[in-house]
Amino acid sequence: MKRLLPLAVMALLLSACGREDLSALNPQGPVAEELFSLVMLAIYIMTLVSVVVFAITIYVLIRFRRRKGDTSLPKQVEGNHKLEIIWTVIPIILVMILGVATVKTTFSLAKDYSDDPDAVQVKVIAHQYWWEFQYPQYGITTAQELVVPTGKKIMFELVAADVKHSFWIPAIGGKMDTNTGVTNRMYLEFPKEGVYRGKCAELCGPSHALMDFKAKSVSPDSFNRWVEAMKAPAVLPADENLAQAFTAKCLACHAVGDQGGFGGPDLTGIGSKQTVAGILFNSDVVAEPQPEDKTTVENLIRWITNPQEVKPGNMMPSAAQLGLTQEEIEGIAKYLAEYKLDY
Amino acid sequence: MTTHAIPASHAHAHAKAKRYTGIMDWLTTVDHKKIAILYLLAGLLFFVIGGIEAILIRIQLIKPLNNFLDAQTFNEMLTMHGTTMIFLAAMPFVFAFMNAVIPLQIGARDVAYPFLNALGFWTFFFGAVLLNISWFTGGAPDAGWTSYVPLASNTYSAGEGVDYYVMGLQISGIGSLLGGINFVATIINMRAPGMSFMRLPLFTWASFIACVLIVFAFPALTVGLVALMFDRLFMGNFFDVADGGNTILWEHIFWIFGHPEVYILILPAFGILSEILPVFARKRLFGYSSMVFALVLIAFLGFMVWAHHMFTTGLGPVANALFSIGTMLIAVPTGIKVFNWLFTLWGGSIKITAASLYAIAFIPTFVLGGVTGVMLASAPADYQYHDTYFVVGHFHYVIVGGIVLAVYGGLHFWWPKMFGRMLNETLGKITFWTFYIGFHLTFFVHHFLGLLGMPRRVYTFLPNQGFDLMNLISTIGAILMGVGTLILAINMLLSFRQPKGQLPNDPWGDGRSMEWALPSPPPEYNWKQIPLVRGSDAWWKEKMEGNTEMQPAEPLGPIHMPSPSILPFLMSVGFFVAGFGFIYHLNWLTIAGLLFVLLCMAIRSLKDDHGYHIYPEGVKE
Repeated sequence: MKRLLPLAVMALLLSACGREDLSALNPQGPVAEELFSLVMLAIYIMTLVSVVVFAITIYVLIRFRRRKGDTSLPKQVEGNHKLEIIWTVIPIILVMILGVATVKTTFSLAKDYSDDPDAVQVKVIAHQYWWEFQYPQYGITTAQELVVPTGKKIMFELVAADVKHSFWIPAIGGKMDTNTGVTNRMYLEFPKEGVYRGKCAELCGPSHALMDFKAKSVSPDSFNRWVEAMKAPAVLPADENLAQAFTAKCLACHAVGDQGGFGGPDLTGIGSKQTVAGILFNSDVVAEPQPEDKTTVENLIRWITNPQEVKPGNMMPSAAQLGLTQEEIEGIAKYLAEYKLDY
Repeated sequence: MTTHAIPASHAHAHAKAKRYTGIMDWLTTVDHKKIAILYLLAGLLFFVIGGIEAILIRIQLIKPLNNFLDAQTFNEMLTMHGTTMIFLAAMPFVFAFMNAVIPLQIGARDVAYPFLNALGFWTFFFGAVLLNISWFTGGAPDAGWTSYVPLASNTYSAGEGVDYYVMGLQISGIGSLLGGINFVATIINMRAPGMSFMRLPLFTWASFIACVLIVFAFPALTVGLVALMFDRLFMGNFFDVADGGNTILWEHIFWIFGHPEVYILILPAFGILSEILPVFARKRLFGYSSMVFALVLIAFLGFMVWAHHMFTTGLGPVANALFSIGTMLIAVPTGIKVFNWLFTLWGGSIKITAASLYAIAFIPTFVLGGVTGVMLASAPADYQYHDTYFVVGHFHYVIVGGIVLAVYGGLHFWWPKMFGRMLNETLGKITFWTFYIGFHLTFFVHHFLGLLGMPRRVYTFLPNQGFDLMNLISTIGAILMGVGTLILAINMLLSFRQPKGQLPNDPWGDGRSMEWALPSPPPEYNWKQIPLVRGSDAWWKEKMEGNTEMQPAEPLGPIHMPSPSILPFLMSVGFFVAGFGFIYHLNWLTIAGLLFVLLCMAIRSLKDDHGYHIYPEGVKE
C-alpha cells in the first residue's frame, strides 16, 4: 500500500509534466532541454538503484522473517569480499556515467556570449520584489516583463540591488543567483514565441513568493519594433490635471519613456504586459484568462490603492500615503492600461 | 585503565559528598544516563515545537492564495522550523543516545568529562530557550535557517529576530562543541580493557566520527556567527558590500559548517541502525570493517563538498564540476553501508518489532533521499532543482526518512535500557505506519512540485500552476505524521505505568553489545567491575560461551564517582543573561552575565572537589 501510492502519484504526474510555460519537465528551449536530458539520465540511474534496493529489502523481509517459535541461530557471517567489491565498483561506474555528463554540461552552459555581437545582452537587476531588465545595446529599460527575440542567444548579466535573489525561467533554463557585489553571467535561448513564467528562487523577504516575472519571446522583427516603441517619447495622460498628478506622484520613482525617475519599475507600455506587479494577470491581455483574473484597469486600481495588500513589504506607497483621490487612481489606472506598445 | 586501588590523590575523597534529590538532582547531575534523559526531554520538547511549526506551514500551503499565516509570520515559521529541527531537536536526540549508550557500550563508568557533559547540556538548553523566546518579543528570526546576508543584515531584517538566531545558536553551539570534545575524549580514553577500536560497536564508531566532525565543523559556525553578530550589533562590515564586505563569504562559512552538520546528524543515525538490525536479525553486522571504513570516508568527503549548496551562486564551471564529482563520490561509501545492512538481514532471522520496522524502513527510504542527493550533486541539473521543492523533498527524505526514523527506532530499542520499561509494541507499530505513510505522502510529491516550478520558502502560490493537488496531499501527510508522533508521545507516557526494575538485562533477548549486559536501567556507576572485552559483539560472545555476565577486568573495589554540581546550570544562566544583554544592547547586563560565568569558572577551578566513592555490595567501606 505505502509503496503503491507514490507510484500511482508518479504515473499521474509523468502523464502531465506541468505547464508548458513553467515546468522544468516540459522544456521549451535548448538550455532547458540539455538540463532535462541530464535530469532524466540521473532519474534512470537512480531508479535502477532504488529498484534494486527495494527488491532486496522486500525479498529479505519475506524470505528471512522469523517464524513463530523459531529459536535457531542464523549463521554469523562476517562479510563477503566478492560482494563488497561488487557494490563498491558498480556505484563507482554509475557515478562516473553521471559525472561525465555533468562535467560536459557544466562547461557547455558556462559559455560566455558577452562579446558576441549577435547575442542580445540583458542586464537583470533584482529588487525586492520586482525585476529590472536593461538592454545596454539599445539603451532601454523595462520591468517585470522580459522581451527577447527568438533564435538568438540572450546573454544575461545578473546583479541584485538589495538582497540576494535568484533568476529562474524553468521552462527555458536553470536558475542563477543575483548577488550583491558580484556579477553573474548566464545565457538562455528562446526558440519558440511565447510567454514563459519566471520566478525568484531565493528567499528575499516577505513577498519572495510573489516575485514572479514573465519572459516574452517574440520574432526578431517584432522585437525590433518593440525596441523602437520603447525608445519613443513618453505619452502622458491627455487630461492636464491627471498628467500633473501622475508626474508629481508616480514619476518621482517610476519612468515612462524618456520621463520620470529611477528606483521603481519602468512603466512604459505597461498596458501591453501580461500582469500587474508580476502576479495579477490581466484578463484583457493574457491568452487564456482564468475566471478569477481581472482586467488591467481593475488590477491597476487594486495595486495603486494598496500595494501592501498585494505584495507585503514592497516599497511602493499606498494611494492614501501619496494623496491620490479615487478619481485620480481610476484615471491613472485607465491611462496606464491604455498605454500599449505596438510591436 | 583499570583502577585496582584508590589512587593516593583520591584518598581523601572519602568525605561524604553532597547528594541531591528531586529537581535539584536533575539540575546538578553529572551522570551521563541522567544527562541523556535531559537531552531526550529537551529534544522532544523542541521536536514538538518544530513539528507544530511544520504543520502550520503546511496548513498555510494547503491551497493557493491561502491566508492562514501572513508572509512575515510564514518566513519566521520556516526559519524557526529549520533551525529548531536541526539544532534544537536532531542534535539533542543524537547527544541523548550518545550519552545513554556510549559509556555502556565501551565499558566505562561515565564520560571523560562529566562536568563538561552537564555544562554542554545546559548551554545547549539555554541557547535553545533564548532562540525560542524571540516568538514573544516581537518577531522570530525570518531569514531562513541559513540566514543568508544581506537579508539577515540589519538593513533588511531590522527587528531583533536574527539577533536571537545569532545569540541562541552561539550559546547552544558551545554545548554541541563541548559534547563533541567530550565524546571524542571518552571514546579514545575510556574504553574497557580489550575494547580495541575495531571492536567498538558501530553506534560508538559512528558517534566518534560524528564528534570529530563536530570538533572541526562547529568552530566555523562560531566564527560565522561572531562575524554576523558584529555586523548586526556593532556595525561591523564583514558582509556589507558597500563597505567592502562580501556576502558570498557568509554562504561559504555557513556551508563549511552546514554540510558536515548533515553528517553529524546522519552518521549516528547510521550507527543506531547498525545496532538495531543485527539484534533483530539475530545475526552479526555484515562487513564490519568496510562499515567503519565507509563511515570515515563519508566524513572525510563530507568536508570537501560544501559548495554543492552554492552551485547557482556563480562559482564558475571549474568549481561546480569539482564539487559535483566530490559530492557524487559520497554515494559510493553510502552504497557500501546500504548493501551491508541489507546483507546483515540476508540469511538472518528477522523479528518484526517497532524498532526493527523503523530500522528496516530506514534503508529504502534513506536510499530515496540518497539518490535524489546524487541527482542534486550534478551541478547543471541543480540549476533546475536548487531552492525548489525538489530540494525540500530531498532533505526531508534524508532527515525525516533517515534521522527521525532512526531516532524513533532507537527510542523503542533503548527505552528499556534508559528507563527500565518497555514501550508498547502495538502502539509502536501503529505509530510507525501512521508516521511512515504520512511521511511519504508529505514529501514524495515535493520532488515533482519542484520540477514543475515551485520554489521553496514561498508563503503562498498562485492557482493554475499545477501545484494545488500535490500541496493538498502534502498537508494531509503532514497531519498524519503529527498524529503518529502524538501516539508515540502517549506510548512513552503510558510506559511509566509499568513498575521499574522488572526488566531483564537483555530484554530483546538477542542483544550483542555490552549495554545489554547491564541491568535496565544500569546503576549510577554502570559497572561494578570494569568488564574485560574478549571480542567484537562482546556481550554476544559471553552469552555464546554460556556466561551470564561480562568477565571482570578488575577486582571488586570502591568506585570513584564525580560530585554533582549546580555550576553548569548557573554558568549557562550567565550565558543566557549575557545573550539578552547583547541582543538589546544592554552592556551592563552583558557584563553582569559574563562576569557571573567567570565567577562560576573561578569557583570550579579553585574549589578542590575529588568526588566521592560508592561501595558496592561486598566491598568494605
